[in-house]
Amino acid sequence: MVLLAEPAQGASGPLTPSLYRVVARRRETADVATVSLECLNGTAPVFSPGQFNMLTAFGVGEVAISISSAPGETGPLEHTIRDVGAVTHALTTSPVGSTVGIRGPFGTDWGVDALSAADVVVVAGGIGLAPLRGAIRWLVGDPERTGRVTVLAGARSPDQIPYENELDAWRRGGAYVAVTVDVAGPGWPGPVGVVTGLIPDAPFVPERTIALICGPEIMMRFTIRSLMDRGLAPERIRIALERNMQCGIGWCGHCQLGPLLICRDGPVFTYSESLAELLSERER
Amino acid sequence: MDLVRNRASLVVDRTGLDALIRVLRTEGRTIIGPVLRDRAIVPGALDTTDDLPEGWHDEQAPGRYHVRHSDSGDLFGWAVGPGSWKSAFFPARSLVWTATQHADDPVVTEAPIDAPPVAIFGARPCEVAATAVLDRVLGGGAIADPAYRARRDAALVLVAECGAPANTCFCTSMGTGPGAGGTFDIALTELPGPQGWRYLLRSGSDRGDVMLRQVTGVPASAEMLDQRDDVLSAAASRMSRAMSASSVPSLLARNLKNPRWEEVASRCLSCGNCTMVCPTCYCSAVEDTTTIDGTVERHRRWDTCFGLGHSLLHSGPVRPTVRSRYRQWLTHKLSTWHDQFGMSGCVGCGRCIAWCPVGIDLTEEVAAIAASDGAVPVGIEKTRARS
Amino acid sequence: MTDSIAELVARHPLFAGLPADIAELVAGCSQNVAIAAGLLVLSEGQPADTLYLVRRGRIALEVHEAGRGPLIVEMIGPGQVLGWSWMFPPYRWHFDARAVEKVGAIAVDAACLRAKADADPAFGYELVRRCAAVMLDRLQATRFRLLDLYGHGVAR
Repeated sequence: MVLLAEPAQGASGPLTPSLYRVVARRRETADVATVSLECLNGTAPVFSPGQFNMLTAFGVGEVAISISSAPGETGPLEHTIRDVGAVTHALTTSPVGSTVGIRGPFGTDWGVDALSAADVVVVAGGIGLAPLRGAIRWLVGDPERTGRVTVLAGARSPDQIPYENELDAWRRGGAYVAVTVDVAGPGWPGPVGVVTGLIPDAPFVPERTIALICGPEIMMRFTIRSLMDRGLAPERIRIALERNMQCGIGWCGHCQLGPLLICRDGPVFTYSESLAELLSERER
Repeated sequence: MDLVRNRASLVVDRTGLDALIRVLRTEGRTIIGPVLRDRAIVPGALDTTDDLPEGWHDEQAPGRYHVRHSDSGDLFGWAVGPGSWKSAFFPARSLVWTATQHADDPVVTEAPIDAPPVAIFGARPCEVAATAVLDRVLGGGAIADPAYRARRDAALVLVAECGAPANTCFCTSMGTGPGAGGTFDIALTELPGPQGWRYLLRSGSDRGDVMLRQVTGVPASAEMLDQRDDVLSAAASRMSRAMSASSVPSLLARNLKNPRWEEVASRCLSCGNCTMVCPTCYCSAVEDTTTIDGTVERHRRWDTCFGLGHSLLHSGPVRPTVRSRYRQWLTHKLSTWHDQFGMSGCVGCGRCIAWCPVGIDLTEEVAAIAASDGAVPVGIEKTRARS
Repeated sequence: MTDSIAELVARHPLFAGLPADIAELVAGCSQNVAIAAGLLVLSEGQPADTLYLVRRGRIALEVHEAGRGPLIVEMIGPGQVLGWSWMFPPYRWHFDARAVEKVGAIAVDAACLRAKADADPAFGYELVRRCAAVMLDRLQATRFRLLDLYGHGVAR
């Protein structure tokens, strides 16, 4: 007679969040906030800019949010979140001292640790600057950096520019930073127009440039076109894609884009013709 | 199909099957198997072979499933019912963790994994193949599902080979039947005999060996093995459907604009029945709920790519049309599944054909696309000018 | 009664008032077409090889955004023109365009038209001048639409 072993206890593990305390909350624009989070148990896991966490607002739900801080910085983990639904509303209004859950980090990263010698052009549309902020901070603070950092950001209007008070710090760190808005009131001294309008005059040498792009897909498509018009090869262009993520770990099947899983093969992708074909296959 | 070398095999009658059930129960296993309930053959609890669908036969066609009784006395004279054994390893809904508020912070308690020892008495070869697919998808990824693995390890699988395929079956096209293949513990073939039905039992694992040695029967003769071959080849020749495209994955990948998608979308209700009966569909949703005392529960439940919520971004669904969702389902199942998992997602069980309310047959859709390979919507024609 | 292509071209507002020989020039590059309702006439990124002079029916100029698209940015109807990207390299469409109903139009082959404009600078100038007038009109309208005047308007 064969007696069977006891079934395994516990270990639902992959869907269980770790607890983090909200230590600060900063309003960036009318519907965007950055929350600063400290791990309650032990140290926060190591991450790379471009990766994302699954954030749990207890009792409301869970959502995928890119990490906005840079690794290696002292200080808490930061997530910049836009209030667009129940979970993000709860997260962007969570009181200082409250607890959220975090699973992660997941996904592919921008690869900034290998870009010290390259010129890097960062093109961000709207809230797309949030997944790029950690990369920019890392690049600007990289002591081995020999290449140039260029940041081109587009926003709807001056009151919707995220991280407005950090832009000068990036300039002081040696980055070329240009911000354009779709429409502005009087007193705005900068460019007005779409972000691709900043590309022809941006100071970078295509042959040694890597581009990092994040924003609405329309904006990314036209940015890629403009960069390639300036001679940038497709494999030197990296974009961040977004799809519905329920698990972040390749179980739930929601984030598929053709054969790709955004949570596992992305969110950062190197641009290629096959990726272009997947993106152009309008799901309609 | 050859006998697995050096494994136990024997022939029993129905009392021998009951003896096997008792041996499995003594081992501490709950026996689950096909039972007739609500006029369909579905998974249920088994006490003895009396609970099996004796004399029941299924008639299936696109959008149609009926069972009919005769006095033939066979226990496995049917093909597949709407429920598959996926639910034994990957339940439709499961609790993941509970969080209760203590002082200022939640305390998260993981739900214990519920993996009681079971014996599945009568899975079909196509279902064994489907389980192998889920083993890869849920149990073999970068992050394996520990609950799935625990339930798989705790299950002994007895596979009943098919002698009575339904009109909707196409396992031969997918290489998943009618004989048992892959990983199983015991294979059973129901064979007609002079004194009634007899059962050829063949072990496929060490566990199977141990079980069969505790059951009395007669050795399998060459004649019985031949009879098994006859039953299986007769079953194979009765397949009335096939996936005839020679290379379905690349066919679908290059036909994303084929007008056939629009045509099938005009029939598809986007009800998701196909995903509910499919033994390999694995999409799940993660949901957090609160109870009135503030306890938070996270559940994981089956989800369907036919729902608008499946592709929902905050701005709206990525796949708002039935056309895009049907295309997603079929191209995933038959094409991108290969890119993601190195195998097909379809095992040819035909459930989606029978249980589609409008009778959409994916083998017919694939054939239509193959016949119109490369077609794109056309709509500009030169005409004579008229004022 | 059927008309010649040249007569249809001459009647279209883009070419209204042009002498008959110019209409013939354009007609030489054109054919009358019927477009099925729902057809995606242009696709973003595809070669921009045709100018459409719409005679009947409407075409929606669209942009596709995952989770929101398609977004209609312009509706092009009888007497209007679809497609400008054929005029400038790299000759690729920047938008999608979908026939929202059955459309009757004159399809002008762009390469043919560009060749004729290159060969006859007077015609070329007239062509570009007329196209530019429509483009300016659309640009000014688009700028006003940017201001979101019916909504909250621009924040300061």
